[in-house]
Amino acid sequence: MTADVVATRRAAPRSGARRLLSRHWYAWAMTAPVVIVTLVLVGYPLVRGVYLSLTDATEGNMGRTIGMNVIPSTYEFVGLKNYTDILTSAEFLGRLTWTVVWTVVCVALHVSIGLGLALLLNRPMRLRSLYRILLVLPWAVPAFVSAFIWRYLLNGEFGVVNAMLRAAGFAGVSWLDDPFWAKVSVIACNVWLGVPFMMLALLGGLQAIPRELYEAAEVDGATPWQRFRHITLPGLRPVSSTVVLLGTIWTFNQFPVIFLLTRGGPGGATEILVTYAYRQAFEGIRNYSGSAAWGMVILALLVVMATVYRRALRQQGEAW
Amino acid sequence: MRRVLTSAAVAAALALAVTACGDGSGDTGTAPAKSAAPAEVSGTVTWWDTSDATTEGPVFQEIIKDFEARYPKIKVNYVNVPFANARDKFKTAAQSGAGAPDVLRTDVGWVAEFASLGYLAPLDGTPAVDKPEEFLPVPAASGKFNGKTYGVPQVTDTLGLLYNKELLKKAGYDQPPATMADLKKVALDVKSKTGAGGLALNVDAYFLLPFIYGEGGDFVDVQNKKITISSPQSVAGVKIVEDLITSGAAVKPALQDSYTNAETAFKDGKVAMIFNGPWSNADNLGGKVFKDNPDNFGVAPVPAGSVKAGSPLGGHDYTVYAGSKNLDASYLFVQFMASAESQAKVAGKLGLLPTRQPAYSAPEATANPKIAQWQKPMETAVERPWIPEAASLFQPLVEGYQKLAGGQTTTEPMLTDVATAYQGILKGWSL
Repeated sequence: MTADVVATRRAAPRSGARRLLSRHWYAWAMTAPVVIVTLVLVGYPLVRGVYLSLTDATEGNMGRTIGMNVIPSTYEFVGLKNYTDILTSAEFLGRLTWTVVWTVVCVALHVSIGLGLALLLNRPMRLRSLYRILLVLPWAVPAFVSAFIWRYLLNGEFGVVNAMLRAAGFAGVSWLDDPFWAKVSVIACNVWLGVPFMMLALLGGLQAIPRELYEAAEVDGATPWQRFRHITLPGLRPVSSTVVLLGTIWTFNQFPVIFLLTRGGPGGATEILVTYAYRQAFEGIRNYSGSAAWGMVILALLVVMATVYRRALRQQGEAW
Repeated sequence: MRRVLTSAAVAAALALAVTACGDGSGDTGTAPAKSAAPAEVSGTVTWWDTSDATTEGPVFQEIIKDFEARYPKIKVNYVNVPFANARDKFKTAAQSGAGAPDVLRTDVGWVAEFASLGYLAPLDGTPAVDKPEEFLPVPAASGKFNGKTYGVPQVTDTLGLLYNKELLKKAGYDQPPATMADLKKVALDVKSKTGAGGLALNVDAYFLLPFIYGEGGDFVDVQNKKITISSPQSVAGVKIVEDLITSGAAVKPALQDSYTNAETAFKDGKVAMIFNGPWSNADNLGGKVFKDNPDNFGVAPVPAGSVKAGSPLGGHDYTVYAGSKNLDASYLFVQFMASAESQAKVAGKLGLLPTRQPAYSAPEATANPKIAQWQKPMETAVERPWIPEAASLFQPLVEGYQKLAGGQTTTEPMLTDVATAYQGILKGWSL
């Protein structure tokens, strides 16, 4: 037996991979479908995107045959030109700044309002499930439907919001036509859409915090604020750190709200990076290489953000 | 995955091309080379119609019924695609080879782009191009690219000045304004004397063109490969718009849903004048102030600037998708839909302007007073640049116009920015 073990140990470096496979084949077989699907759906487009972003491919110079028309492939490798074009363009910094402002404001409001509502709902009260259902409704409606409804509500001349303001004796506001108010409008719509998810996630987190902690704190004479600060917030952290990261990524790439509510207007005032990248890709003769480069830039920004965030959490002692 | 699909599509398309050549519909460029008798052609033609689904669509569907009666072996699959999405949707489908229609109602500004990308079948020598000498020359030019015919004109249009006769009369005018200077004066008088607004503006690049043309400007000068959007003439034209807004002659325009807001204001009698095309005839006549009093609705040519009265030529062409599996049936469909007879029917029922000369004198068409009303405005129509990039030129100008209408910029810096954006779109063109 000892000899066996020694022999296996000696053989290990040479046939490590095979041994790993033979020992864990079941696990590999089980994960294979996911791995393959991920490779096909994420890996291939990603690699292709990186490749395209290094060329000058457009709708016009990628080869194809349609019926009697044969168009030869004439696009070429151009290195990092697309990236330098983006980073040196006048648009980039302005769009990035607004995208960051939009993300920070939206996520801050999502979390604070979501947490407030979750705290309210985390107490025994009458009709609690009714409130919960009502508050989740915005999430149940498809985002594009909500965006269109908001668009009609906020119409300057004929919208309901301005009609109410006028009825109350105020002047109407150009919700979607003034650059500042258009920004307020898209943020308001996105907050309305995003709060239910935060509320549900945080409510789940709240219910996982043991009651005994609060009781012990109460016995020790902790004030409600102290209980919130030292029990609720730390207790929520495993949930909140994840949903904040998710919320940030979603909001950063929140296409439908901006595109359907203002189309990036007025005059490009509400255009975030993804809607701008979309314009690059789909307006006029489609610029595949340019939009692929935009996609990569956005991906890089999000990866950097997620890494920094993770590091910050780890420093606070989160096992994440 | 995608690649597999694409190659399958390519294989299918190749097979098609081979068969298509086999029965002589290849790009031979000679007179009708059809061997199959029209009555023997069978298949299903999917048509993407981009017209208004409620007011215009039903009339086209009636004509389709006539077509199916004439060619019982051909079935037509009518699909109404909203105009705003059609360009994008068609390009996506045409490129992937999956889900593209056989025939598309194509805006005149898209034909060159689609043709340059290889999405359209050349129609010279096919039954689709029938009696080409009857077509009005300006709309017919929109269907040509690089010397080949890719589009058969369906309807033509241009912008005119639509006005509410009663409101103008109340302000003391029997005639609509004929010059841009008069336009401002009339609009201000309407505002002060009737309480309604003078002019409703639709903040859209296309609707800036009458002002730019009026002063002798344009987006680009195709012959000399020159970007002219920031030329002194174009600046002078856009300045008129800026002045109309700042002076209050035009009501404060909405920037989102601008077209609908302007139209609603006009239909409800809240403003006296608007720039719009014949496609809005049916919509306008259903409005509050015109429904019971159609005579109140007036149509005039766009007011003249210091150089001329000019408005953009619009309209739609029938185009056939190059990858269609039913090319022969599609050609016959286009022939039928674009015939003088069908055009006269559309003109009579909808007031849309035919592209064939004989259709104008057909009794069905003359019965609709709209056709005669639009004859004068049509005389001001200016041909647009039929280049592949044409449709891309609107977006930068829309953004600029929005900033101008919102008061965040003035004409010169705005147009300079637009010209810079055009340099990115039109590689190698000079300013």
